[in-house]
Amino acid sequence: MEEMRVILNKAGEISPVSTKEYIDIGGYQGLKKALEAPENIIGVIKASGLRGRGGAGFPAGLKLSFTADTTADRKYIVCNADEGEPETIKDRMIMDLVPHRLFEGMAIAGIAVGADKGFIYLRAEYPYVAKTLERALADARENGCLGKNIMGSGKDFDIEIRTGAGAYICGEETALLSSIEGKRGEPRFKPPFPGVAGLWGKPTVLNNVETLANFPAILVNGAEWFRTLGTEKCPGTKLFTLSGNIAKPGVYEFPIGVTIRSLYEEAGGGCPGGKRLIAVQTGGASGNIIPASLIDTLMDIESCAAAGATFGTGDLMFMDEDCDILDVLENLTEFFAEESCGKCTPCREGTPRMLEFIGKFKNGTAKEGDLELMLELGSLMVEGSLCGLGQASPNPIFSAVRFFPEIFALKTDSKRGSC
Amino acid sequence: MALNEKEKSCCCFTDTDILKQIAAIASKWRDRPDMLIPVLHEVQKVAGNGIPKDVAMTVSREMRVPLSRIYGVETFYAFYSTEKRGKVLIRLCKSAPCHLKGAKDVLDAFEKVLGVRAGETTPDKMFTLETCECIGACDVSPAALIDDTVYGDLKPENVSELISLLRKRA
Repeated sequence: MEEMRVILNKAGEISPVSTKEYIDIGGYQGLKKALEAPENIIGVIKASGLRGRGGAGFPAGLKLSFTADTTADRKYIVCNADEGEPETIKDRMIMDLVPHRLFEGMAIAGIAVGADKGFIYLRAEYPYVAKTLERALADARENGCLGKNIMGSGKDFDIEIRTGAGAYICGEETALLSSIEGKRGEPRFKPPFPGVAGLWGKPTVLNNVETLANFPAILVNGAEWFRTLGTEKCPGTKLFTLSGNIAKPGVYEFPIGVTIRSLYEEAGGGCPGGKRLIAVQTGGASGNIIPASLIDTLMDIESCAAAGATFGTGDLMFMDEDCDILDVLENLTEFFAEESCGKCTPCREGTPRMLEFIGKFKNGTAKEGDLELMLELGSLMVEGSLCGLGQASPNPIFSAVRFFPEIFALKTDSKRGSC
Repeated sequence: MALNEKEKSCCCFTDTDILKQIAAIASKWRDRPDMLIPVLHEVQKVAGNGIPKDVAMTVSREMRVPLSRIYGVETFYAFYSTEKRGKVLIRLCKSAPCHLKGAKDVLDAFEKVLGVRAGETTPDKMFTLETCECIGACDVSPAALIDDTVYGDLKPENVSELISLLRKRA
């Protein structure tokens, strides 16, 4: 399958800052259409079948309609540019190379639901991206594509950048909103959902960078066109981040439903040094680890779920024969233990205990019953944690137990024989 | 609230001129508690890559945000420190993709060249070495965010040269 650039169309070929250059490649035409017929926007996005690209895959049109249906004196569009998931750099590529596509998507969302203000919540780890975004925003305002009376329509829409300060949890939507409000980024219970009561309690559309960057092309080319890309249940293209033991790491855009093998062999060029691939972590740091034998799995939400993989944010981290899966699990679990915000007990107490278990299996001190106890604790975290961090953090471990049970075998003690 | 005698005599005591600059930054956002995070970023740069108590108190007074809330925020986010740090901040990524590509060996090299452990500052107050979670540079792992710039494809044998370069630039 060939790489196909829709979201990253002309990325790197035009100045990321220049509004004029973006308009020359057909930019801001989606916003123009949106302004001509605001009442049609949500229908088109719904018909396109676009699903959120931040990991959960929620239908984007439906999300817009929740906020559009509310009455409030103020509504907001918030772009989740927190991209904290290790192994993911796709949103950075969009913001670095074609930020106007994101601005256009946000403005379209604003026109659709009746919001005149948008925020981009950008992670602190991307200070250099903030500079590009600020310059591009200023240029868009100067050219009348953002700010007051956009494109002479009489409607206003402007965007403000707010940076985080280094917290993975702020990728969770309610934690993100707390952070914009200047507070600790702790998630809260849902409902109410942000679509109804979000930023400062006002109805808020909260979408990932890549989701919003899909809006312009859908409005320009139509829902039917979008449905010709990708799969029936998951239309469109997707940015896939390849990392780990791979010859050409980076971000590649393919229609959804591409095989992991295509991404691995054709785009990524395989493991460097002729090494053998043993495993792939799919969907990000909280995604499932699958064996190399499953690389013919299609990268779409349904096929991944059926195979025991994770679609998530579309990331693939490749591990070659020199890689110790327990060592990777230890690294991942340490990450979650460190990034747990501490608000709810199953996650705060569960993540360090899971790390202890993995440490025991790694150094050979695990005892009979430890595996069962670890799995039981993991299930409790899935059921009892407040947000996705605690709920998803045991995924890599569960999948490793399923696909690589041998690494959890107990080391027999020396008196009873060799190990 | 004032600093106690012990706090006044320790290294967290901030120069009066610096406190004036901090007051000027924070007073622009009086009664705008939502601006606390950007203000702390700006203030931290002025105050020596940290937010010691007297700095936090100044921000609290000027923004009219309770000190407890500032403490809560500055200890929640990884980019803030309650203590001053070196002039140059080295944040070495230790997340999975960098880990797979040998981040540990790169960390060892940084520790050896700088003569400090992760989390410490060199005696000349030039460098603070930290490890951090994913900086979003998985295409050039192992990578570090040094101040506002990403340095990728790091190799242990090149760390010494990189430090000399950073020292010259600072």
